[in-house]
Amino acid sequence: MFSPIKTLMGVIAAPVFSPALAFRNITAAIKSKAALFSLARVFRMTANRYPKYQELLASVDFTVQLKIRDGSYGRWYKFVGGRVETGTNLLLHPEVNMTFESPLDMANTLDPFRDRLTVISALKTARTLAIGEEKYIVQFVRILNGAMDSWIEYGTPMPDGTTRYTSNSNGGPLFVYVKDDKIIRITPMELGDDDPDPWTIEARGRKLTPPKKTTVNPFAACIKSTIYSKDRLLYPMKRVDFDPKGERNPQNRGKSGYERISWDEAIDIVSGEILRVKQEHGPGAIMNGSGSHHLWGNLGYWLSARRRFFNIIGTTYIDHNPDSWEGWYWGAVHHWGKTMRLGGSDQFSTVEDALKHTDMIVFWSSDPECTSGVYGAQEGTIRRLWAKEIGIKFVHIDPFYNHTAGMLGGKWFAPRPGTEAALAHAIAYVWITEGLYDKEFVANRTVGFDEWKAYVLGEEDGVPKTPEWQEAESTIPAREVRALARYWGTHPTYLGAGGIPGFGSACRAATGVEWARSMVYLIAMQGIGKPGVNMGNLQKGAPIDSRFFFPGYAEGGLSGDLAGTALAVNMYQRMPQVLTMNTVAQQVPRLLIPEAIMNGEAVGWTNDSATIEGQFRPKPYPMPGYSKVKLYYKYGGSHFGTMTETNRYARMYKTPDLEFVVNQSIWFEGEAKFADVILPACTNFERFDIGEFANCGGYIGFAHSQVNHRVITMQHKCIEPLGESKSDIEIFSLLAERLNLGAYFSESSSELDWCRRLFEATDMTNYISWNQFLKKGYFVVPPTKPETRDPVSWRWFYEGRRNDLPENDPLPSDESGGFKTGLQTQSGKIEFVSSSLKRFDPHDPERPVMSRYIHSWEGHHSELYQKYPLQLISPHNRYSFHTMADGKDSHTCDVDEHRQLVDGWYYWVVRLNPADAAPRGISEGDLVELYNDRGSVICVTRLTERVPKGTVHSYESSAVYDPIGEPGESPDRGGCVNILTPSRPIVKRSHSIACNSCLIEIRPWKTSITPDRTTQAL
Amino acid sequence: MSKWNIVIDVERCTYCNNCFLTVKDEYCDNEFPGYSLPQPWHGHRWIDIKKRERGSGSLIDVAYLPTTCNQCDNAPCVAKGGGAVVKRPDGIVLIDPTLAKGKKEIVDTCPYGHIWWNPEYEVPQKWSWDAHLLDNGWKNPRPVTACGSYAFKAFKLTDEKMAEKVREEKLEVLKPQLNTKPRLYYKNLYRFSREHLAGSVAYHLSDGREECAEGAEVKLLDQDSLVSSQTTDIFGDFKFDDLPANSGPYNLEINFRDKTLTEVIKLGLSENIGVRFID
Repeated sequence: MFSPIKTLMGVIAAPVFSPALAFRNITAAIKSKAALFSLARVFRMTANRYPKYQELLASVDFTVQLKIRDGSYGRWYKFVGGRVETGTNLLLHPEVNMTFESPLDMANTLDPFRDRLTVISALKTARTLAIGEEKYIVQFVRILNGAMDSWIEYGTPMPDGTTRYTSNSNGGPLFVYVKDDKIIRITPMELGDDDPDPWTIEARGRKLTPPKKTTVNPFAACIKSTIYSKDRLLYPMKRVDFDPKGERNPQNRGKSGYERISWDEAIDIVSGEILRVKQEHGPGAIMNGSGSHHLWGNLGYWLSARRRFFNIIGTTYIDHNPDSWEGWYWGAVHHWGKTMRLGGSDQFSTVEDALKHTDMIVFWSSDPECTSGVYGAQEGTIRRLWAKEIGIKFVHIDPFYNHTAGMLGGKWFAPRPGTEAALAHAIAYVWITEGLYDKEFVANRTVGFDEWKAYVLGEEDGVPKTPEWQEAESTIPAREVRALARYWGTHPTYLGAGGIPGFGSACRAATGVEWARSMVYLIAMQGIGKPGVNMGNLQKGAPIDSRFFFPGYAEGGLSGDLAGTALAVNMYQRMPQVLTMNTVAQQVPRLLIPEAIMNGEAVGWTNDSATIEGQFRPKPYPMPGYSKVKLYYKYGGSHFGTMTETNRYARMYKTPDLEFVVNQSIWFEGEAKFADVILPACTNFERFDIGEFANCGGYIGFAHSQVNHRVITMQHKCIEPLGESKSDIEIFSLLAERLNLGAYFSESSSELDWCRRLFEATDMTNYISWNQFLKKGYFVVPPTKPETRDPVSWRWFYEGRRNDLPENDPLPSDESGGFKTGLQTQSGKIEFVSSSLKRFDPHDPERPVMSRYIHSWEGHHSELYQKYPLQLISPHNRYSFHTMADGKDSHTCDVDEHRQLVDGWYYWVVRLNPADAAPRGISEGDLVELYNDRGSVICVTRLTERVPKGTVHSYESSAVYDPIGEPGESPDRGGCVNILTPSRPIVKRSHSIACNSCLIEIRPWKTSITPDRTTQAL
Repeated sequence: MSKWNIVIDVERCTYCNNCFLTVKDEYCDNEFPGYSLPQPWHGHRWIDIKKRERGSGSLIDVAYLPTTCNQCDNAPCVAKGGGAVVKRPDGIVLIDPTLAKGKKEIVDTCPYGHIWWNPEYEVPQKWSWDAHLLDNGWKNPRPVTACGSYAFKAFKLTDEKMAEKVREEKLEVLKPQLNTKPRLYYKNLYRFSREHLAGSVAYHLSDGREECAEGAEVKLLDQDSLVSSQTTDIFGDFKFDDLPANSGPYNLEINFRDKTLTEVIKLGLSENIGVRFID
């Protein structure tokens, strides 16, 4: 029995008496006992009201006891057949014994509004402890969380009887209309009267305000069809000829069929294999990797739940290359730093600056209408349409007449792929010889110009880089290059180099380094930071409130991972969580997974983006003392359509060296078809999450300045998971439970609880309550006032002031002159001649210390060109995002610029010039085989003048890999053109992708393919 | 009373297909009693975007024409639908999914090819401009909200007001000669339906290098009457647009630094005639 007098006596008898402390402890004792008393009632009330909770209570019979460790008081709860019994006599052997060091620890933990830091500290110091079998501990955590989560209400009832929920995607935030557990429709968000009004930019006599709504892009517009896809994995599956206790038949991966198994069996096999491999081979034998992107949401993201799980089991991680940023990361950073942006430029307030002051925008390998910047839906579109209306001129430099060019019009230059640097150098030649550059800026804000100038003028190698010289390389008429250079050199011009800019196409080529750094040179020569002169294509740099904090997905979510995510930047002090740390140092470079597995060794290169020197270290696999990989746990999107020379990946799966392959996937596609066991994950519409429109944090700082309204979404669980699919977090929980890691993994939080914890870590709490946010589902960050908008990027640098931008990039130790005084380079200036490359290797012919025109190692000068005279470029896709939205019978199948139905199969589209088609006997809509020594892909043709003769265009990111014969050895009709791309890195000492340097030949495909994929001649 | 109209700006359409995908999102696997049965998962194109490329080389342009049910005021499907197709007072034409069952012949009544046969339910189908949503208080059909380039706009106006808008903004309809009186209008339709004549003007420097002839005056004449005139841009380029296909012969006259070049051009479809050197 609770005795206030006894408690009081105990407190007063303490060696040092403090009235305040005494009062706190008495209150704690009263509070904790009241909480213990009410718990049973809460369990019962919840069970009475919610049948699913009743089911949960009935699923396991056990007893849990909560007590003060010294045994002064406590209470037990017994769950029998779904009933709850309780008592205060302390038991000796409950299934779970939770001990608390003091009444205060107990009160803090049981408080529904508990302070997370206090609770976590108590866990870490063992002031709170749960002892017992993992399955009972996890069950009690579920019971506790369910008692809270069951009662929540969310969503908005609509007149047509649907309920409107909210969600988010890689293509924009969404309203989701649901009736009877079925999604009826998914739309962009029309914001309400209670949401803040958008910003206005005044430029050239006009007031420009974006509509009060959000946009979507095609891969969000079609998203419902991917949720209800017939290719959804609805049950755990096992390859029919895989027996973990007998014959494993690895040679049949990719060929054999699958049979349905229960979750129990699936978890048994997978957890059993994890244990076996750890015990037989030691650390490092488990390899895990993800696609570059996952379904949207800070908690379910690959940088969150996945990292938490694999950190605590110990994993050889697959190391990602900076796959969309290559030339910027491996090249541009040596000239202006920006490593934390992977070499791209910051673009604060550039939308307003451009609309007010610029005369021309040069889109160079830049198609934001296709790529949505990245994650930016069609938010930038209206801004580019304004630019057109107010008379800004446009030039588009891209071997493909892209969609941005199609919308805006303007002059189109189609350089031969890989010759972009020659064009850039010739522009510089005109500026130098005609005095059309900012000499003062170059003198004061850059170093090494004279050395590069000598190269451009031909003083060094005898070859002046004239427009005529470049014409022989790029095919662009010299006179037009002169005209462009002269206009550019005399008018404020924005350079939109890449999709955001940064990112995409020309940077992902053998010549990517030279292209990216020559872009830095050009904008430097024009005095970046001057009004109307900057990097940008109106995609980023909208006047949103950048100082309102909400994290991006790269900021780690619930990972607890300070080393492998950007958790340390802001979130470690804002959202206390138990640290997780992978103890395995060994990694496998993603582009060399097949070599690592098949040859047993591979060397990658680090890409620690904190600093320039972070890319200079070789990273050999295997590492001393670690096992080679024996178990591959694949998660997320397929590599066949996203990496290079991807037949390698298919061949890899056949090796017996991979003893076990498990794939956690939403759809039955791509690499999932090569697994021994498939774990079916649900989409983010079937679970809770939280995230902000286009905010990825980390490697693209302030990416959310792409949007017109900062929309933060509660990602509602809109429907129950389809079939037996489960959320990634739930799958990891089940495995963790079996591996005695259940409580550590969940940290006693449900998915909804994690959403709330993340919410509480943000600035949203100053504006809206958790319950309001949960109910409404979204929050719009009010735009900042015109007078408090951010300074324009680079203006401080141009004017020689201290950096006044709202960011802490670069790190102080990387600034030679002190914090926020200069750039990340050694000189603090833009370096035409790079000091970091001089230190690394001053005589590297592949990556010289300054930009030179180097022939592409796979281009029109290559020997291979005689055999394969067509240059294939495969930029980022408009209708597929890292395999999301493509295939899986989604509505994008009916978009004829994406796929086309021929003889019952949806073929991938390839575009070529009629002048290339005719001599090969190819017509519009024909099936053709794209091939080279690396493999072959069957596509359907579009004949178009949008690519010049000699260039072939198709997009990357096919989700479908469907070899018509032996996997890895036969033509693919799925559309993975990445099969054809070289696996060679841009420069040898890098971990990079050069997919846009790809020589191929094309011939008509005249063989019919029967539904079972065996081939026969017509 | 006010009625529904849609205006599509051809110049703004980028072929993102959001409108097409959005209509599939609304109707595939969804039944709206009294309005429509589910659209087949594949095959139907209730919004069908036609594509065009005009010209070539650096002066190419592209245009897209989203087509769909025009909700004609003088609709052949209503006239020949045997009562299964009705014209509502708000301008929308609705195929009654119950009354139209089995009536495949309704498909052929549409001169725009925008009625589709659903073999599973044996009904003719088309896009109703989301009548079931508009009747439930939605402010716009879904493609209006989904269109990221704001090419797709809906207006609920009296016929008089709409006629005024059509005049002021020079809106056009498809196949006006059929007198079906569509309620779907297009802005900048010439970008899709008409032709351009483009080219570049250049000259040689004394050392033989080429220069773009910025500021050249280019005149397009039909016989002796001036069709249009332009000044070349910094690249020496000109582009005459909104010309009929298979027109001409035109006299093209280029004046640059007191020199004149003339030639006769017969236009088929849009064409980039290439570079003309004026030395």
